[in-house]
Amino acid sequence: MSGGVDSSAVAAMLRAEGHNIIGLTMQLWNQRRMAGHEGMPEAVTGRCCSLDDVYDARRVAEHIGIPYYVVNHEERFEREVVRPFVAEYLSGRTPIPCSLCNNHLKFDQLLVVAQQIGADCVATGHYARVEYDDASGRWLLKRPADRSKDQTYFLFGLTQEQLSRTLFPLGGMTKPEVRERARAHGLALAEKPDSQEICFVPGGDYKRFIDAYLAESGEALPETAGELVTTSGEVIGEHPGIHNFTVGQRKGLGVATGSPLYVIQINGADKQVVVGGQEDLYSRSLRARRVNFISVRDVEAPIRVSVKIRHRHEPAAAIVESIGSGEVLVTFAEPQRAITPGQAAVFYDGDIVVGGGWIE
Amino acid sequence: MTRRIYLDNNATTPVLPEVFEAVHPWFLEHFGNASSIHRNGQESRAAVERARDSVARLLGSSPQEIIFTSGGTEGDNLAIVGLTTAGNRVHIITSKIEHHAVLHSCKHLEDNGAEITYLSVDSRGLVDPDDVRRALKPNTRLISIMLANNETGVVQPVEEIGRIAAEANAYFHVDAVQAAAKIPINVKSIGCTALSISGHKMHAPQGVGALYVRKGTHLQPLFYGGRHERSRRAGTENVPGIVGLGKAAELAMEAFAHGDNETTARLRNRLEQGILAQVEDAGVNGVDAPRVPNTSNIYFDHIDGESMVISLDLKGLAVSTGAACSSGALEPSHVLTAMGLRPDRTRASIRFSLGKQNTSEEIDLALALVPEVVARLRELSPTSSHTYRKMAVHS
Repeated sequence: MSGGVDSSAVAAMLRAEGHNIIGLTMQLWNQRRMAGHEGMPEAVTGRCCSLDDVYDARRVAEHIGIPYYVVNHEERFEREVVRPFVAEYLSGRTPIPCSLCNNHLKFDQLLVVAQQIGADCVATGHYARVEYDDASGRWLLKRPADRSKDQTYFLFGLTQEQLSRTLFPLGGMTKPEVRERARAHGLALAEKPDSQEICFVPGGDYKRFIDAYLAESGEALPETAGELVTTSGEVIGEHPGIHNFTVGQRKGLGVATGSPLYVIQINGADKQVVVGGQEDLYSRSLRARRVNFISVRDVEAPIRVSVKIRHRHEPAAAIVESIGSGEVLVTFAEPQRAITPGQAAVFYDGDIVVGGGWIE
Repeated sequence: MTRRIYLDNNATTPVLPEVFEAVHPWFLEHFGNASSIHRNGQESRAAVERARDSVARLLGSSPQEIIFTSGGTEGDNLAIVGLTTAGNRVHIITSKIEHHAVLHSCKHLEDNGAEITYLSVDSRGLVDPDDVRRALKPNTRLISIMLANNETGVVQPVEEIGRIAAEANAYFHVDAVQAAAKIPINVKSIGCTALSISGHKMHAPQGVGALYVRKGTHLQPLFYGGRHERSRRAGTENVPGIVGLGKAAELAMEAFAHGDNETTARLRNRLEQGILAQVEDAGVNGVDAPRVPNTSNIYFDHIDGESMVISLDLKGLAVSTGAACSSGALEPSHVLTAMGLRPDRTRASIRFSLGKQNTSEEIDLALALVPEVVARLRELSPTSSHTYRKMAVHS
């Protein structure tokens, strides 16, 4: 229970259906830790685990009459989510902390706690659906009724065991319906706005966050400055650090040329940022590692699927083929814009999530 | 509704029926302001002064040396800040196992230019008086060491530290919140300048406490206002709370006379030995040091303390681990960490603390429940060598 509308509505709905439920909030990050450091805002503005959100979750639990606890997973969150997030940016990649959090905390650690305190399943407010498929004998992850809220992209790492003990009661509902349900249950937070940004990065300024985090841990920001080069290898300038860039970015390159320039590639090893024209951003294939399959055990022969390469991306037709252990080659029917290392490639067969992996 | 057993009396205690009886007329019939000139006020004044006498007897002080406060945190703040604000560049000696009311008061002074030495403790949880002596500096103004630790119940050698403070001509503050009414206290034999206690840790209501300050000591107040409490603590007296604290102090004196604290120790020892007899890979933190009779802090290898507290709560047994942070989540214990306990054991430690209301039957019920929950958690523990099949984690 994050203290938001979705998980609160889930709790109220399950309670009304007569389930025996326990509310848990994961305390993952202490917002006050870096407040006022290195240009971070003095006031606590981030959404993650703020006292206000815990207060809201606690009030919901009290309102619907269920036991409620806050569990502390700050140590693990820092180790499994925050540190890798910083390291990915510093190596020139663009990370997705929400997927790491789902894989390592919400559907791993939280399931362990749930089992330990005697719960059979964990229900969350994610917009996705879980179904058991008799034919294949596998648990399926499917896109929700409300496509605009689809969170399956962040859930591709779930294992069969995790899916078997997970409930997504909002999978068949739209957001307006969820708010309506929250109102009907008398929840005071029914009109609370949705959270958008990365929960532990106030105001979405990840560069400032990285500076403050390293300063607070007593670590020096590694040297990430280097050359700006064109696709043909010509050095046209310098840049202040690879972690300031993401593939497809246009602004802030600091060089003036006749035609607009875009970041095409970030070369972590030699700290080069490769720039080029709009047309250079398109690419037909990608390699994904640490792949997790959901609807199938594995892919022996190449499969025809739709592939999403970022959260806000319309799945594009592609062929996925295995090229080694846990690694796949994805070849698109049409070239795709700004394929970004560090993001996930998630494979869909209609509504069904076939699997996904991390883009190299 | 399952029957609930409350073994978290170091967090707070229920008000005893006799205390409740003594308090409630002071809400309904006698509501006067103790500073008022009329009869209503005089009644309240008299009640406050009777309570002051009782608290003074409990601590072995004279009544004029007792200041009523809102609780342990205020007493600790008032003593630490109030004894050091006159003069700058002061040095304070405290320990790493103090309550946050002491640690954060010191931190506040440190942020404002004071120099603080945070002494470590040994594996038994004891401050070494020789460490105090070695930490002394010419500008040492204050030593603040607790009497009994809230998490382990370990009793510190305060009398020896009191002698060191006297020799060094430094103030000595003792946080006695977890010792009051559990062991006899005498401010003269401790040799302290100030000593704080809290009502709700000794079966009086929440929101009242007392601070002893030795006669003739300059104390800068925290609050400014009327001349209450001899101008050391402005604000209308909490008469019902103070009456309750006075009554609880009287009851504590009677309990000492009847040997009730030995009864508590017997129950605590039965709980502790019963658990250790039934559960493998468990042990008592601070067992080799003197302890107050009501507290037992036990580690259970391969369990997560948080899951244990929640599981026990769902089955009706209230215990705790570490200290709750502002969200209500649990933080790793700074006390057990300072004792050098392994981090996994710090997270696997549970505090059981008894109160005067606990019965032998409740201990039996707890003894039936705890081993069962530990066994279940160990079966499901990712770190235990038992049968748990770790979920495949995609990374």
